[in-house]
Amino acid sequence: MSNFWSLWVIVLTVITFALMIWLLFSNRTREQEIDKQTTGHVYDGIEEYDNPLPAWWFYLFVITIVWGIGYLIAYPGLGNFPGLLKWTQLEQYEQRVAEAEEKYGAIREQYLAQPIEDIAGEPQVRKMGMRMFGNNCAQCHGADARGSYGFPNLTDEHWLWGSTPEAMKISIAEGRQAAMPAFGDVIGSGGVTNVTAYLLKLNGRDAEPALADAGEKVFQSNCVACHGADAGGNQALGAPDLKNDNWLYGGSPEQISHSIRAGRNGVMPPHKDLLSDAKIHIITAYVYGLSNQ
Amino acid sequence: MSDKEFIDLKAVAPAEVAEVDLYQHREKIYTRRIEGFFQRIRLYTGWPLLVGYFLLPWLSWDGRQLVLFDLPARKFHILGLTFWPQDFPMLAFLLIIAAFALFAVTTVLGRIWCGYTCPQTVWTSIFMWLEQKAEGSRNQRMRRDKGPWSREKFTRKALKHVSWLFVAYVTGFTFVGYFYPIRELLVDLWTFNLGLMPLAWIVFFTLATYINAGWMREQVCTYMCPYARFQSVMFDKDTLIVSYDPNRGEPRGSRKRTVDPAQLGLGDCVDDELCVQVCPTGIDIRDGLQYECIGCALCIDACNSVMDKMGYPRGLVRYTSERELEGGNTHWLRPRVLGYALVLAVMVGLFSYNMVARIPIELTAIRDRSQLYVATDAGAIENIYTLQLANKDNSSHEFELSISGLQNASLVGETVHEVQAGELRSISIRVRAQPDLLEQPSSKFWIVAQATNAPELRASVESRFLAPR
Repeated sequence: MSNFWSLWVIVLTVITFALMIWLLFSNRTREQEIDKQTTGHVYDGIEEYDNPLPAWWFYLFVITIVWGIGYLIAYPGLGNFPGLLKWTQLEQYEQRVAEAEEKYGAIREQYLAQPIEDIAGEPQVRKMGMRMFGNNCAQCHGADARGSYGFPNLTDEHWLWGSTPEAMKISIAEGRQAAMPAFGDVIGSGGVTNVTAYLLKLNGRDAEPALADAGEKVFQSNCVACHGADAGGNQALGAPDLKNDNWLYGGSPEQISHSIRAGRNGVMPPHKDLLSDAKIHIITAYVYGLSNQ
Repeated sequence: MSDKEFIDLKAVAPAEVAEVDLYQHREKIYTRRIEGFFQRIRLYTGWPLLVGYFLLPWLSWDGRQLVLFDLPARKFHILGLTFWPQDFPMLAFLLIIAAFALFAVTTVLGRIWCGYTCPQTVWTSIFMWLEQKAEGSRNQRMRRDKGPWSREKFTRKALKHVSWLFVAYVTGFTFVGYFYPIRELLVDLWTFNLGLMPLAWIVFFTLATYINAGWMREQVCTYMCPYARFQSVMFDKDTLIVSYDPNRGEPRGSRKRTVDPAQLGLGDCVDDELCVQVCPTGIDIRDGLQYECIGCALCIDACNSVMDKMGYPRGLVRYTSERELEGGNTHWLRPRVLGYALVLAVMVGLFSYNMVARIPIELTAIRDRSQLYVATDAGAIENIYTLQLANKDNSSHEFELSISGLQNASLVGETVHEVQAGELRSISIRVRAQPDLLEQPSSKFWIVAQATNAPELRASVESRFLAPR
């Protein structure tokens, strides 16, 4: 608020106060006919009495005014004047956060000191973890952590970056970036079709044997660097196992071909700047518990 | 002053103008103590209510306070039942019932509530009784208040205020005890371990009781209470009111007991103003029906005692109706009364049905908003829901989740959940459906939670299943 508007508010407030006080005290008494008992209003033969208000009513008004003045001195209200108590909403908010931190922080710290495998089954950890998961992870992985297209299911046994608690914690804290390059130009559209057939065969699904055999050769010369000679994947790179029929971007022949031709980029954002160590620990324990029940 | 005199005066003299105070200073009312039939009724009906109020929070049920409004936990324990904020419509029902009961009773019996049961009246009588014990009778109090301060005056006044404050403290403490476990409250209070809020509330209710029953008294009824003002719309000619019978009483005047009033040309009113002196609101019942009158019948008891002494029949001031005063008979069954009674009966019926049919579980469903749906490799469509399952019962139950209204759909995830007594459990679950069996992109269906050990504990919630077109 600029100085002008601050002054404007102060002047208006003070004038209003002065007017109210004048109004109250100037109407304390009145020149009136003695013994006049009614206001003179008559409706259907019913007259309105002109009874005085009780005196304590007047004192309530006075108390209200005094209270109002006291309030404006103690609390912010008069323009930019912050009040003698220096009260602010922000401070109150921070105080509440600190109170909550003090109350729940200790519980979280206590779990941080314990290994993830040990606390994963604890009901309290599961409840806390579920809340945090709902707030931070469910947007992509779903409230039930079963994932969706492009976002892995966290409740099954398939893990792109490792199934140990340590690996999971790194995934959450540091984030992950997986890049499947586009091979369409490298191996040609025939190559894509053949590799797709080979992958279908690897997973025990229907595939043209001739195409699959041709695809195996292409695979051995182009894909093994990341996915391994046996197509078992490499968790150090986040390269998926291609034999478990578990497909992050869809398992239909068209979707598999598309992944090979155009490539894929998977990003798990890092959370270490958003969440405390203890919170990440608890979320990890929750997720670990989901797939290791 | 009657209207006639007023008009005459105005006609003969020009209006005299003067400066008048627009605020009226309260004139202290000194009530005379009186005993009688209606006082005894008040005593016999008041005691059980008072004992109930002070005793109830000390009773326990299943190791828990019988009546406890646990605000921080948002749980309201009443006689073994636990209500959650979701049950607030019940409270609305209860308030509507209370309102119609008040209307019905007021129409028939007038201000019975004000005169006998209202806490303002009851506590004021307790405080008046204490005042009487500490400072003596009406005349003694008036004389002492006019006289100079003395050691005795101070001692008696101090005694009165200390006793008032004590009763007020017990009242306020008990009231807070309905919201805070009262045994803990007592210990915490006297070991100085009580938090600021409960302490502040005890102080507040103590002071409110002390001021209302000690200092404000009839001012509350006259100026603050809305019921005192709007009861006039519920009154009709047949409503029971406390009234003086002017036909019998007028002209009033003092006389010796041995003289026949007819010879003096007097009515039965001996004009000793006893009815005025006992009135807690400071009015003269002989002026007719006034909005200040709380229908406490003290003036009836006072007048009857005089009538007995004089050897006249009782009932110069009595419970009657305007119609009866005019010589008619009171009609008890009239359309207004029957209407109120009917509405009251319907509301009580609805409330009772709701209480009996109340299922102490609650289920809500929130669809995941980040994705409209998930398509699986197998061609199925999935939607994700977060369920809130509240078990408001006092024992834990195992619940089985199911769905209805979606053809060939199934739940993916844990469907059996143990929910503790008083627990609100979040459950995330997926619904899987076959898109070719869905008629619309958005289908209505129900999620059902059924307790496996209690067939009556069943809740369902409507939700939506979204699929691609």
